[in-house]
Amino acid sequence: MSYSSTIGKTRYSFESLKDLLAKATPERSGDELAGIAAEGPVERLAAQVALADLPLQSFLDTDILGVENDEITELIYSSHDLPAFAPISHMTMGEFREWLLAPTTTSEILNKLQPGLTPEMVAAVSKIMRSQDLIAVAQKCRVVTKFNNTIGLEGRMATRNQPNHPTDDSRGILASAIDGLIMGTGDAVIGVNPATDTVEDYIRIVSLLDRLVEALEIPTQHCCLGHVTVALEAIGRGAPVDLVFQSIAGSQKANEGFGVNLSLLCEAHEAALSLKRGRIGDNVMYFETGQGAALSADAHHGMDQQTMEARAYAVAREFRPLLVNTVVGFIGPEYLFNGKQIMRAGLEDHFCGKLFGLPMGVDVCYTNHTDADQNDMDSLLVSLSAAGVNFVICVPGADDIMLNYQSLSSHDAIFVRETLHKAPAPEFSDWMENKGITDKTGRMRSEPALSGPSLLALTEAAQ
Amino acid sequence: MKKDVSASQLDTHLREMTAARVALGRSGSGVPTGASLAFALDHARAREAVWSDMDKTSLREALVFWPLASVRSAAPDRSSYIRRPDLGRKLAPETDLSTLPKEGIVIVIADGLSAMAVNANAVKVVTHLQSLLPEPAGIVLAERGRVAIGDEIGAMVCAKAVVVLIGERPGLSSADSLGAYITWSPEPRLPDSRRNCISNIRDGGLAPEDAANRIATLLRRMEKAQISGVALAGSVAEQLLHKA
Repeated sequence: MSYSSTIGKTRYSFESLKDLLAKATPERSGDELAGIAAEGPVERLAAQVALADLPLQSFLDTDILGVENDEITELIYSSHDLPAFAPISHMTMGEFREWLLAPTTTSEILNKLQPGLTPEMVAAVSKIMRSQDLIAVAQKCRVVTKFNNTIGLEGRMATRNQPNHPTDDSRGILASAIDGLIMGTGDAVIGVNPATDTVEDYIRIVSLLDRLVEALEIPTQHCCLGHVTVALEAIGRGAPVDLVFQSIAGSQKANEGFGVNLSLLCEAHEAALSLKRGRIGDNVMYFETGQGAALSADAHHGMDQQTMEARAYAVAREFRPLLVNTVVGFIGPEYLFNGKQIMRAGLEDHFCGKLFGLPMGVDVCYTNHTDADQNDMDSLLVSLSAAGVNFVICVPGADDIMLNYQSLSSHDAIFVRETLHKAPAPEFSDWMENKGITDKTGRMRSEPALSGPSLLALTEAAQ
Repeated sequence: MKKDVSASQLDTHLREMTAARVALGRSGSGVPTGASLAFALDHARAREAVWSDMDKTSLREALVFWPLASVRSAAPDRSSYIRRPDLGRKLAPETDLSTLPKEGIVIVIADGLSAMAVNANAVKVVTHLQSLLPEPAGIVLAERGRVAIGDEIGAMVCAKAVVVLIGERPGLSSADSLGAYITWSPEPRLPDSRRNCISNIRDGGLAPEDAANRIATLLRRMEKAQISGVALAGSVAEQLLHKA
C-alpha cells in the first residue's frame, strides 16, 4: 500500500500509515519535538488529501503502530466488531467525514457504530475536520453514565469540583470543596489530586469527602486521584471508595510508565464494583489522559500524539468508566505550544472520545510557560459546551494552588448554566434547588443559601 | 445551638482555611473586578518571569570570590528553549570549563523557567552554601538550561556532586521560586530518580539560608552513602525505622 498525493507538479509520498497520520496532523509542537511533523502547511495538506482518499478498510489491514507485543494494539484489534463496522466499510476517510456530518446520521446510528471503530480511524477522520465539524458531530454523540447521578444527558453539562491543597490539609480541601458547592460545582465528582502518595492519606481524603457528601446529602460521587495500587490497598482496608482513578496512555510502554497494565486495571475495576456503592449505576472508573503523555515517556513509537491519545480511549472504554477527561493544556508548550493548539487539541480529544463511546470531559487548562490565558479557556469552554461536553473541571478562582496551573473557576460553571443554558445532572440540579443555591428556574440565588451553621460545623469537624 | 453565620463570616472562615482563591464573590457569573484584575496581574508576572533573562553582570559581581564560568545550552534562543526541552539539557558545542577546579562539588545556576527566581535568590543560596562546604565549589552560570544540563557539566569537571539551582515553572502565587536538584556522581543520561530535590526556595517560601543548610546536609549524607536520589531517601527511611 502506498500513501501519496500530488499537489501541482509535486508528488508527496508517505512511507507508512503512521507517517501519513503524523504529517496530516494540524500543527503542534509535540509532533515537531518528536521529529515526525509535516515540513510545512503544504506537505500537511498533501497528507490530508492522501488521507481523505484512503479506504477505512486499510486501517484494519495493517498494524499501524507496528510494535510487537503491545497489549493496547491487541486490545484494539480483538475488541473491534466487524458487523458494527459494516455500514461504513466501503467508505474512504473523506466520505466518512461527510457521512458523520450528514443529518441522517443520527445519535442512534452513531451509538451503534462505536464498537466498529478503531482509535486510529477516529483520530484520522478528526485530522481532516475543522473545529466546527468536531463540534457538530460530537454534539450528536450521547454517552450517558451513572453512579449516584446521571451524567451526559442532552442539554446538560456537569463539573468536577477539584479542591486540591498543596499539603492535602483536610481543612484546606474542605474549604475549596465548599466554595465550589456554594456555586454549584461537583456533580461529575468531587475529586482531589493528592500531593502525598500514602494509603493513609488516601483513606483520610476519601473519608473526609465521604463525610462532606453525606452531611450535605449531595447526589454525587467522590474520588481521591491517587495511583490505582493505592486505591486497591485502601479498598482492602475498607475505605469508602466511590470511584477508582488512573492516568492512562495509548501504548503498553507508556502505561508501564504510569505503573499500570490492563490486568491491574481489571483488578481495580472489579474491586471497585465489589463495593456496590453506586446508588443508581455501576460506572465506577475515572480516567485522565492527555496528548503528549506517551511522547514524554518516550513510548510513542513514532506515532503522532493525537493518534496515541485516541488509543488511550480503547483502554478506557474497556472498563465502562463514569468519567474520562483529557487534561489538555497541562503538559506544557513543548507538546501544545499556545492557546490555539490547546483549543484544537481539546476539541479533537472530546470528539474522538465521544465518537468512540466515552463519557468525555475536558480539563480546560494551561500552564504559565504556555502562550495562553483565560480568554483562550473561555473560547474553548464555549466551544465544548456547544459540542455537548459531559463535564469540565473547576477550581477556586481558576487557580490550582497544588498543581500550579490554571483551569476553570466555579464562576465559569455559572456562566455555562445561565448564559449557555446547560443544566447540571438532574439529581444535582434538584439538590441545588432544595438547598437554596438556585431558584426554580435554575438561576443562582443572590445570597449563598447553604445553611451557615452546617457548613461551619463541617469545617470544625475536619480539624 | 450555634448562631447562624452570615455569608461574610463564612467567607472569612473559608479564607482562613486555605490559600486558594475561595470566597471571591461574584457578579452574575463574573468574578468581581478587583479579584479578576488581581488574577490577571499574577498571570502577567508569571509570564514575565518565564521570558526573563539572567542578570549575568550582577551575578558575576556577587560571585567573584569563587571560580566561575559561563555557559549556554544548545537552545539558540528563548523561544526554541521553551519548545525544545531536549536542547536545554545539552551544552552548546563551544563550551569551555577549563578554569574550574576538578573532582569537587560544582554549583550550576540555570535560568530554567524563571530567571527572575535566579536573580532574586541564587546569590543568597550560593553564598551561604559555600560557607558550609569544606572546599569552595566551582560555579557555572548556565543560560537557557534545564536541570539535566548539570549532568553534562558535572561530568566535564569530574565532579563528586552537582547542585543545580534553577528557576521553577512560575505559579500564580509565586513567580520567583527557585529549585535545587542535587546529584551525586553526575553523568549524562541518568534518570531523574537519581536526584534529590528541594523546591519553593524564595522569600515567603523556604528561606535561601535554610535551603543552603538542607543542601549541605544532603551533600554530607550523599558523600557517606556514595549515592543520591530515591535510593538515598530509602536508606534514610530505613535508618529512621531502626531508630524508632
